[in-house]
Amino acid sequence: MKEKLRRTMLYVPGNNAGMIRDAAIYHSDSIMFDLEDSVSYRQKDAARMLVFKNLRALDFEGIETVVRINGLDTPYGKDDIEAMVKAQPDAIRLPKTNCAEDIIEVERLIAVEEQKNGIAEGTIKMMAAIESPLGVINAYSIATASERIFGIAIGAEDYVTAMKTKRSPEGVEILYARSAVVTAARAAGICAFDTVYSDLSNEKGFAEEVRLIKQLGFDGKSIISPRQIGPVHEIFAPTAKDIAFAQRVLEAIDEAKTKGSGVIAVNGKMIDKPIVERAERVLELAAASGLLRPTEGADHAE
Amino acid sequence: MKIVKTGTAGTLESSDVMITVRSNEPHGIEIALNSIVEKQFGKQIHAVIRKTLEYLKVKDAYIEVQDKGALDCAIEARLITAVYRAAGIKKINWEVIE
Repeated sequence: MKEKLRRTMLYVPGNNAGMIRDAAIYHSDSIMFDLEDSVSYRQKDAARMLVFKNLRALDFEGIETVVRINGLDTPYGKDDIEAMVKAQPDAIRLPKTNCAEDIIEVERLIAVEEQKNGIAEGTIKMMAAIESPLGVINAYSIATASERIFGIAIGAEDYVTAMKTKRSPEGVEILYARSAVVTAARAAGICAFDTVYSDLSNEKGFAEEVRLIKQLGFDGKSIISPRQIGPVHEIFAPTAKDIAFAQRVLEAIDEAKTKGSGVIAVNGKMIDKPIVERAERVLELAAASGLLRPTEGADHAE
Repeated sequence: MKIVKTGTAGTLESSDVMITVRSNEPHGIEIALNSIVEKQFGKQIHAVIRKTLEYLKVKDAYIEVQDKGALDCAIEARLITAVYRAAGIKKINWEVIE
């Protein structure tokens, strides 16, 4: 089975009816309804009900739906889980995850609610945001704390404050955290998401950051505006040269299988397993970016 | 559910609705609707409100609705929140919310 592409995860404030209604029309890879930081304490009940009713009623056109709940150290976390499991988004995102135990406790509560609502255990997936030095140190144990976890994300604002520094355009202060999170995700075999870029007016700075996190190996980025979707998808789209090479690699593999031959080469370069995996990834991205016909290159599953 | 005070939920932003619920005992349900789409959807909005009040078992309430083109699901969400606030009940009974 091909892994789902998650280049863009669009934040939607949970108490904003208009933004929730329109969330699907921009075609981000995932939509994340937020019950946490974008909702004031006095509106937590209203946001929870609004997200619940919209998830039950609207068709999000197959776009992955994620809800960021409040932590269990707040008066809202348990109620969020009770409501959201019944609403059945694809996943629940836990903020400010410091250790594996945070995940285990949320998972236990999700399982209880799944059972109560007659939902098969394990249906609701999870992701965790790592936003502290302790979370970064524990990234791998967080990433592997539950079978439900499909990804971990780095949240930079709280992290840099705890590190006694602040964000810079180059992002050197979060380079270690980004590297640690993406490495932990890869070691665990799950996705890695980068933090938000909040200066909407700085398109150049945003593009530079997206290129950096792509190079580091991230799957994608949390984004705060539909305006950021296009640039991310464009930067993550493979070049024509990458696509042509990937197609040649997979053709050569098919040919070698037919002939029963072992080691093969393309353009004089030996093709081994990592190169084949990269070629498959390039063609998945190319298909998702509309650069290929849907069947082209996408049926090479082995 | 018994309405014991005034409860409001929602906003006056586009695609949202602001709903205020007050006690109306013993005069049953009264709805005061003000909507930018009243001509087209007035009947439908009334129906959504009555159906929601029915499953919440609210018998007497004065419901003031200022609608800015909200979807039915948003109207239901805002009404349920306003009713719970007006009933002074913090814990939602999710078993009856569909």
